[in-house]
Amino acid sequence: MTAYDRVRTARNTSRPTTQDYITAMFTGFIELHGDRRYRDDEAIIGGLAYLGDMPVTVIGIEKGHDTIERMRRSFGAPEPEGYRKALRLMKQAEKFRRPVICFVDTSGAYCGIGAEERGQGQAIAENLMEMMTLRTPIISVLIGEGGSGGALALAVSDRVWMLENAVYSVISPEGCASILYKDASEAPKAAESLRLTAADALSFRVAERVISEEGIGTEEFYGALAGDLYEELGRLAGTEDLTEKRYQRFRSFGNYKDIK
Amino acid sequence: MALKFTRKPGNELEKEGRSLEPTLGETEYVCPNCHRTLPESTLDAGMWVCTCGHHFRISARKRLALLTDEGSFSELFGDIESNDPLAFPGYQKKLEKARETSGEKESVVTGTASFSGIKAAVFAMTPDFMMGSMGTATGEKITRLFEYAAENSLPVVGWTVSGGARMQEGLLSLMQMAKTSGAVKKHSDRGLLYITVLTDPTTGGVTASFAMEGDIIMAEPGATVGFAGRRVVEQTTMESLPRDFQTSEFILAHGFADIITPRSDEKRLISALLGFHGETR
Ligand SMILES: [Zn+2]
Repeated sequence: MTAYDRVRTARNTSRPTTQDYITAMFTGFIELHGDRRYRDDEAIIGGLAYLGDMPVTVIGIEKGHDTIERMRRSFGAPEPEGYRKALRLMKQAEKFRRPVICFVDTSGAYCGIGAEERGQGQAIAENLMEMMTLRTPIISVLIGEGGSGGALALAVSDRVWMLENAVYSVISPEGCASILYKDASEAPKAAESLRLTAADALSFRVAERVISEEGIGTEEFYGALAGDLYEELGRLAGTEDLTEKRYQRFRSFGNYKDIK
Repeated sequence: MALKFTRKPGNELEKEGRSLEPTLGETEYVCPNCHRTLPESTLDAGMWVCTCGHHFRISARKRLALLTDEGSFSELFGDIESNDPLAFPGYQKKLEKARETSGEKESVVTGTASFSGIKAAVFAMTPDFMMGSMGTATGEKITRLFEYAAENSLPVVGWTVSGGARMQEGLLSLMQMAKTSGAVKKHSDRGLLYITVLTDPTTGGVTASFAMEGDIIMAEPGATVGFAGRRVVEQTTMESLPRDFQTSEFILAHGFADIITPRSDEKRLISALLGFHGETR
């Protein structure tokens, strides 16, 4: 499979979305809406649920399945309100000592006049800052597309896991190709250069785990993932200096020269 | 060093005042706003602001020289420079060219300086190095500066100029947004002040990280400030954009900047703001 094959797979509309994961892996889900500032962004779903016997806050970017739903959910491109809702729910989780699970699946933050007017950049920036010191464990699972800052805003986490065919990139291969080759149709070439596959993310240690897609969407698949999350959250709950370790996790990313 | 664009702009962010070949004597610049031709000496005398009010882009070193106490700047972390971690097509060449045109090793200059005698940690991004794009060396320098400022209980003053995260370092560039934000947060949690000055252009991953994380956010008049690129928004929404879309004035009106300050008043204002939070209080 080429890198661009993975991009296409990650974008496949028949792939399970956040709602499917929530329904299959959790019980007692209660959705909570709104950012308490402006509106409810349906590109992000969030609420309370049980993972086994563990109460958790679960948040995810939702692309939707059929065309009508996909439009309602802006094809999984959150506006600032979506990120603010996510942060509100994370702060709530911190207060009530619940761990946070985020499902990430977006081609990127919504691109539009209103999004700019309401501070898309500021909303993402605030999430990056606040998630870094949130005093409760956070695990993010990239289930499809991990499009740039719009994905990172739900992935400043203690653990980042990626599905085998999920991708994580600073820019879309099409965007990269149109800058690099002045031709968006060169995207497959750009996808190779960007090193955006789950295996690449693992090699940079940006992701800790790659989840096999064998049996994706089956009961066994969801059950295994739920079990792994449960176990890992248990481990993280007992971790000392959790937020310092989270900072060091991100602090270590880079590849530069320091010539004295 | 003055910033000159003698080549064709590679993208919308690179459009700026073009320099004219010096015929006799000094280089002249054309103001992109009023199209007046201005000799370098006139621009130098006026902090690189045209009589029409247009704020020219200036290099990090020039900015630090103009806006901090004379001779007070002392560089830190100046040996850090980018690798090519992905062996990305054409990146080595681009880096070499950027180093040559800018005389800098990276897209940000970091250190300490004083403002009317008040010491601060400072960073200035530079438009003549890949339009201030953020690679891992950029992120490392910003992070180290905030860590240094936290250790030494210093406020941070920073000028942003950036096209966003640097595509050529892929996912590692993206991670710099989180890394720098974490460093800003730790500095902030120590009760220390961070002032950002948004200058033309501040976009993408830098807007969505440390540019928007200041306790006080200043902006130079008429600067482009936004997250998504203007052309991308136009193409996606197929709507006509407001005339002042993604300018300093636009973000101030929408509540995302504290104050717009002409360059001539920047130093006074920064000094005054530091004074409110300094040891002399
Ligand atoms: Zn002018």
